[in-house]
Amino acid sequence: MDLREKAKQLLESGEVKAVLGFEPGTHGTRRPAFARSAARSEKLTFDGEQNLASYVTRKEVKRLGRVALAAKPDTLRALLQLMAERQIKEQDVLPLIEDGAGQVSELAGAEAIEQHLALSPKELKPEDRALLDRLGKMTRQERWDFWQGELARCVKCYACRSSCPMCYCEHCTMDCNRPQWVPVPSHALGNLEYHMTRAMHLAGRCVECGDCGRACPVGIPVHLLTFNAEESVHAQFGQRAGASSKLDYALSTFRPDDKETFIR
Amino acid sequence: MTEPFEPKITAFVCNWCTYAGADLTGTSRIKYQSNVRVLRLPCTGRIDFMLLAKAFARGADGIIISGCHPNDCHYTSGNYHARRRWMIYRNLMDFMGIDTQRITFSWVSAAEGAKWAELVNEVTTGIRAMGPYAEYKELANAGVE
Repeated sequence: MDLREKAKQLLESGEVKAVLGFEPGTHGTRRPAFARSAARSEKLTFDGEQNLASYVTRKEVKRLGRVALAAKPDTLRALLQLMAERQIKEQDVLPLIEDGAGQVSELAGAEAIEQHLALSPKELKPEDRALLDRLGKMTRQERWDFWQGELARCVKCYACRSSCPMCYCEHCTMDCNRPQWVPVPSHALGNLEYHMTRAMHLAGRCVECGDCGRACPVGIPVHLLTFNAEESVHAQFGQRAGASSKLDYALSTFRPDDKETFIR
Repeated sequence: MTEPFEPKITAFVCNWCTYAGADLTGTSRIKYQSNVRVLRLPCTGRIDFMLLAKAFARGADGIIISGCHPNDCHYTSGNYHARRRWMIYRNLMDFMGIDTQRITFSWVSAAEGAKWAELVNEVTTGIRAMGPYAEYKELANAGVE
């Protein structure tokens, strides 16, 4: 059964109120699509790059009721993390996964998702791994120059924030102007502070889908910042966001024997 | 005629241990370098990383963060949470190319007046040798006439 048939069946039976997938956009692109009736599900396809989990926390989507969504492993991790953060309920979403032969099946419940994910361990893309390795070998000064060069292009469109499934706060620190934490214009200082803040706020929560970097219109590898924060959480506290629906947020818990080397 | 460089050091300290410790330094008549500006916060757990970014943006050359020793927190676990946060923060700052040698973390209890003086002296001497944090200042003043 492919995604269209599956969507049709789910919508006709009333099991879900909408199916999130992709449809052909202009110039051979794929854009996200919401099918709310069987008729609308005709164009749905599974192949798109975006992480659709970023939609399920939106008010207007929550209002629809239970939704099914085309899910890749990264989407599933994001859903688990959202469950862990109590932003969505297990029964509110129905992830649909596609196997190698194009067959679509349901993954109902957090346990099923966890079991499915246990079969495919998280691996970074080779190009991201290569760039992280390159940055790791640089001196501090070179890293500073690298990031200043990259961030100089940032126009503060906040596409990285919008595309992120974990950036669901209704009142973002970036929009706070009393006090004005981060300068609003795309100024060198504001750009650095924005990206620093974004990475810190995603430490221990980032599922490393890399959607922020994909969404960036000027091609800054912003996802590497959150990857770094997430990797250091994993290395030091031994947990990875999106591994379970019952994960404690790494930075709101502690162990008395946490080991650091820099506090005098 | 230029004056020799004197670093500005911002110290974020917790109310219950390090602030009292710094007080003890004074009442014990221990002399230490006067480059440090002490900012008192309720707990190390309250020290948001954005405060540090603000300190650098406003011209600090170095930062000291200090609070109660593990297990001594007035609020039981604030310093444990802070410690976790700094463990991530420091790696990220290093990754972004910010000079982590300019940020010093320490535990100074209310009885460690001498340790506070020693810490401030050590950090001030270190930062004086490093010179002003020009990179960050350039950034903060970029585009400002």
